[in-house]
Amino acid sequence: MSNVSENCPKEAVERPRSANALAFTRGLLDENPVLRQALGMCSTLAITTAVANGIGMGLATTFVLVCSGVAVSALRKVIPDSVRIPAFITIIASFVTIVMMIIQAYLPALDEALGIYLPLIVVNCIVLGRAEAFASKHGVVESALDGLGMGVGYTIALVVMCAIRELLGAGTLLGFQVMPAAFQPILIMVTPAGGFATLGGIIGTTVWIQNRRGHAVDTSAGCGTCGEPCEFSTAQKLEEIEQAVIDARIAADEQTDGTAQTDASRQGDQKGREA
Amino acid sequence: MMAQYASILFGMIIANNFVLVKFLGICPFLGVSKRLDSSVGMGLAVTLVMVLATAATWPLQRLLELCGIGYLQTIVFILVIAILVQLLEMVIKRFMPPLYESLGVYLPLITTNCAVLGVCILVIQNGYTYLQSLVAALGGGLGFLLAMVLFSGVRQRVEEANPPACFRGLPITLVSAAIVSLSFMGFSGVIEHLFGA
Repeated sequence: MSNVSENCPKEAVERPRSANALAFTRGLLDENPVLRQALGMCSTLAITTAVANGIGMGLATTFVLVCSGVAVSALRKVIPDSVRIPAFITIIASFVTIVMMIIQAYLPALDEALGIYLPLIVVNCIVLGRAEAFASKHGVVESALDGLGMGVGYTIALVVMCAIRELLGAGTLLGFQVMPAAFQPILIMVTPAGGFATLGGIIGTTVWIQNRRGHAVDTSAGCGTCGEPCEFSTAQKLEEIEQAVIDARIAADEQTDGTAQTDASRQGDQKGREA
Repeated sequence: MMAQYASILFGMIIANNFVLVKFLGICPFLGVSKRLDSSVGMGLAVTLVMVLATAATWPLQRLLELCGIGYLQTIVFILVIAILVQLLEMVIKRFMPPLYESLGVYLPLITTNCAVLGVCILVIQNGYTYLQSLVAALGGGLGFLLAMVLFSGVRQRVEEANPPACFRGLPITLVSAAIVSLSFMGFSGVIEHLFGA
């Protein structure tokens, strides 16, 4: 299928799996949730000002991914299809509450650094996306490994972002002064603008590396290149929305067909006479 | 008193802009801001959901604390938001079809939007009163709308530009978002001095 981008997440999920190891390694680079699938951007951009924060957030998200993957997969035959999204959200929210309480109790400094983004793991697109796309359709062990792989891939992306931002923005790594004392920190790196630019730069670099190795990569946010219906594609969802709007307008026009036409033609004649 | 509300409102719209400063709601921001009309529709839908969600969850938090189960905040909030969005979509579709056409269609994309849950938790963390929370939510939504509209203009220019092949698509969008975010940094400190609060 020449039309399908090599990293199409939908295709990858449907590909026959030969070993559980593949479930783990996929999340590392090929389908890295941040760099390839453009998921979970909010937390990636917000808390990556220090490597310690990145590691903490990555581990918390990995915990939630693995636990919710196992729970969703174990319950997949029991949950009715019509309430699956609220059910998944409840399961994920429970594990997020657990991890929040652990961090608040044992790592209060991390809790203060992550702030509002710790409870926001529950709406992290990665977690709900993997539950919906993978865990609800595969076995328990495979879902756990998939969650672990996605989580580790996410942590790696976070740590790379943090390292760049902390090194250039504060001259430290994990709190240790790395840059020479005469180094003037590039303060913009720890601001939101620096966050956006760093992530754009990292994604651009990985695309460049993949292109050099001969894999064509598509990074339009939410893919949508293969033109097939796909639960991952924001582009697809937007098209559906636009089509729904157009259909609604056509339906509304057909309803007011008779009166609207004569009104419009009358106005058109008037305008023509005035002009 | 009015100065306090004005300070919260404008602070949320500009100095603490939800998308460009607080990084909440990035996914729809990057996905929907390609065209102006979808940006406006999405922004208005998010504003509506934010205000209603805050109106519903603030009293719930008081109730949870009263019963001593404040740690259930995350679970309760996200379920309330999901139910609220579903109800809102049904109500708008049934009773206000023209409104549904312009903004109701974006509602399914908002259920797991960081911005909505974010504003609900934020107003509790900041210790606002009920009216202050509603004003803050309104400001957050309007800030989101402003950022989306501005960014859609920028994206239309970027699409006509010719970046290097490895940057096409998402990376150059992020870099342009960085520059828009830089422009908002110029407002830091303005709101506090303007309203003296």
